[in-house]
Amino acid sequence: MSHAGPSEHELTVEIWRGGAEGRFERYRVPARENQSVLDLVTWVQRHLEPALAYRFACRVGMCGSCAMTVNGRPRWTCRTHVDKVTKGGRLKIAPLANLPVIRDLVTDMTPFFDKWQQARGRFSPTRTRKDEPAAVDPDSRARRAADAGIECINCAVCTAACDVVRWNADYLGPAALNRAWTLINDERDGARAESLAAVSGAAGCHNCHSHQGCAEHCPMGLNPTAAIAGLKRASLLALLKGEL
Amino acid sequence: MTAWLSLLQRFSALILAPLVLVHLGLMVYAIGDGLTAAEILERTRGSILWGAFYGLFVIAAAVHGPIGLRTVLAEMTPWHGKSLDLAMLAFGLALLGLGARALLAVVLPGAAP
Amino acid sequence: MIRAHRNHPGYWAFALHRLSGVLLALFLPAHFLVLGLAVEEAALDSFLSWSDAPLAKLAEGGLVVLLAVHLTGGMRLLALEFLPWSDHQKSLIALATGLALAAGGLFLLSAG
Repeated sequence: MSHAGPSEHELTVEIWRGGAEGRFERYRVPARENQSVLDLVTWVQRHLEPALAYRFACRVGMCGSCAMTVNGRPRWTCRTHVDKVTKGGRLKIAPLANLPVIRDLVTDMTPFFDKWQQARGRFSPTRTRKDEPAAVDPDSRARRAADAGIECINCAVCTAACDVVRWNADYLGPAALNRAWTLINDERDGARAESLAAVSGAAGCHNCHSHQGCAEHCPMGLNPTAAIAGLKRASLLALLKGEL
Repeated sequence: MTAWLSLLQRFSALILAPLVLVHLGLMVYAIGDGLTAAEILERTRGSILWGAFYGLFVIAAAVHGPIGLRTVLAEMTPWHGKSLDLAMLAFGLALLGLGARALLAVVLPGAAP
Repeated sequence: MIRAHRNHPGYWAFALHRLSGVLLALFLPAHFLVLGLAVEEAALDSFLSWSDAPLAKLAEGGLVVLLAVHLTGGMRLLALEFLPWSDHQKSLIALATGLALAAGGLFLLSAG
């Protein structure tokens, strides 16, 4: 193979093929002025590698299913412009880190969503349909704290960026903990104590070292580190009050 | 246990912060003045204030260090679980013992120069 | 090798905090052992006179930086965890590191 770089109108893309054991395969793709990393992966599948497995749905940054590792960083590929991330005409695309690889660019999201449940990331209603809807003051401190974290699209970019998850596979991780923090600040939720207990254990919020890799990479601009800091405060306060 | 360790880690850090600040100030002062061992010991021996200061320092450090080291080892080496916990407990007790010995050597009135 | 996803100030600050913490934890027993020598003053004096050597002073300056880095970095973390969130984390990291380096500089200037 020649060592000459790709021509002006071509990009060299390396894409992960295989499962946990696998290798990067090299493809030459046309360099277009306006294309996302997801467009490029789709081009490879349509023209060069029909068996290439990858996952996407909405293509507009809402569904959170297309996240991959692009040149070493976790990103949502549908809204990542190729020009912005290509280094010297090269692009290396791998599946998300910190999750089991099923095949090629597809990871098994089961552990991610299991942790969502372990962190008690589900709403526990206190009213029935027969009650009046709750009147929540949008300017209250708790509601603003909850609002800051509710736009999560479950793309798992934060989990892939988190070194604590990498070092301790049991750690609940930024997404699940961020979700728990929004619930703890939701005055309509009836299981605050259970939520706090769920995030205070050996796999919980106290593992976080505030690297802020999650906040650095979150495509929605959320700040799970701040949410986890809030959980740590609430958890330690509950501990001191004997409520844990 | 995780939450308790976290609490102890933060609490000992809060205690250590001002102590370390004073300790750093002393280091700069001592080296600037070229103090000898005799001159330092003259100030510390029989001083209840320095005894209390460094006594608290030793205790807080003996709590803070092993908790931190436990986290580092659990995350970055294959060592974790009960044996690590016990080893770190032993490390903390060793720090406490060595620290107490050092403290006594420095603050007990003992043999005057 | 530093992975791309780690190349941001928060990670570097963490690495500094962890490295300084581990080195201090390893240094502490040695520090206590030497101080224990103070019972025999002559032994401590001979140790201190050895530590007068320029190289030893430099090493001691390194210890000052380690301690100061762990102190200022730790205070930043306590503020991050226990005070309302500040969006100036990168400036705070720079401030914490700068103060620690200044402490080392002050020590070496005093030693000079």
